[in-house]
Amino acid sequence: MDFRWDVVWNALPQMVEGAQLTAWITLLGIGGGMIIGTLCGLVLAARVPVLSWIVFVYVSVIRGTPIVVQAMFIYFALPLATDIVLSGFVAASLCLAMNAGAYITEIVRGAVQSIDPGLHDAGLALGLSYPQLMMTIVGPLAFRRTIPPLGNQFIISLKDSALFLVIGVAELAQKGEQLTSQTGRALEIWTAVAVFYLLMTFTLAMIMRLIERRLTIL
Amino acid sequence: MKSLRRLFIGLLLLAVIPAVQAERLTIAIPSSFVPFMFQEDGEWTGFEVELWEAIAEENGWDFEYNTMNFSGIITALQTGRVDGAIAAITITSEREETMDFSHAYYDSGLMVMVREDNDEIQGIEDLEGKRLAVTTGTTSDNYAEENLDDIEITRFPRAEQAYLEVRSGRVDAALHDTPNVLYYIETAGDGQVKAVGNNLDAQSYAMAFPRNGELRNDFNIALLAMMEDGRYAELYEKWFGEQPD
Repeated sequence: MDFRWDVVWNALPQMVEGAQLTAWITLLGIGGGMIIGTLCGLVLAARVPVLSWIVFVYVSVIRGTPIVVQAMFIYFALPLATDIVLSGFVAASLCLAMNAGAYITEIVRGAVQSIDPGLHDAGLALGLSYPQLMMTIVGPLAFRRTIPPLGNQFIISLKDSALFLVIGVAELAQKGEQLTSQTGRALEIWTAVAVFYLLMTFTLAMIMRLIERRLTIL
Repeated sequence: MKSLRRLFIGLLLLAVIPAVQAERLTIAIPSSFVPFMFQEDGEWTGFEVELWEAIAEENGWDFEYNTMNFSGIITALQTGRVDGAIAAITITSEREETMDFSHAYYDSGLMVMVREDNDEIQGIEDLEGKRLAVTTGTTSDNYAEENLDDIEITRFPRAEQAYLEVRSGRVDAALHDTPNVLYYIETAGDGQVKAVGNNLDAQSYAMAFPRNGELRNDFNIALLAMMEDGRYAELYEKWFGEQPD
């Protein structure tokens, strides 16, 4: 089996283009997911009436359906049912944010609830309000506990972005498919695509590790 | 212990039996490409399906279909993962380098589809600077990439998805094989889309096989026999309502 480096070399510009799009979708996806997840996680942890129930439905729907179905729904079904017509890029980022948001909700809820209730009570005994308590005592401790599972979720989200090829987004995996059918060199192209993904997930993992180290408080 | 070993041997045998029976050919097919191949009540039908099945029967070939996206079919042929493919595959010099083709059995071309209310695009030459939807890895994909400057191409796994893009207005036009574009407009377009311009880039469909496969010659012999004795013309008329040229 000969491995043709020139095929990889020629395909590089297109792959870099695809990788950039993958990176953007992932950044927007996990950025949006963090905002959604933090808010919803706190709502669940604080057991806010009504809102908790809405968040529960949201998390159940997203976790209970495959992300490929969500992507197809947002992109193909939504324009038929409503007037909402999103571009592939927007649909992909939104889908990823909603998906990551549901999982991050559970991560945040779990972290907050894992903090010893004694600290909670001590804070209240000192006369802190609930927001103050969250900001100064429970928040910082819980945040540190969310880092390892968040790292996991970010990497999963990055890899999930590959399936947006089904809605016509020219991200890395779609470039791989297109280049393979153009060149007929499946081995070279998919190896290169895999290396690209590995580089990106590895970078993410390293960043999360750095954050974890810098936060060694307790 | 003994019964465990028996169980193990039994399982091994179970794994081996299908391998022994593996004389069945695997034929790659797209999930739908009217009127060449599509499913009706769970059964495959269409011009190419009937043509292939007639030839397979004549040669005594046992086969099963394996449904894939078009770009997956091209890759499966190039890597020898299937024994053959019927997918309205156009013969091109580029593809001939990595796979084998039968004799051509349908003359096709490319056609532009736009929304009914679009008067700006009259043909392929008006596509520059516009947004175009194609199916990944098809001749339209390659054509647009190589011949049209300054164009924004969105690629989809399936043709109907590219057509839906035109209808939803996310792209200005779709480019795809003429018979499929016309068939879609007529049967599923709901009067919202139309075809514009000339039939572009004359091209022919053939069945494709991996390089140096054994099936091609027998396939060709049976195909030519069908063309000679009128069975091919009969089939052609059944699906396209006219005699082949």
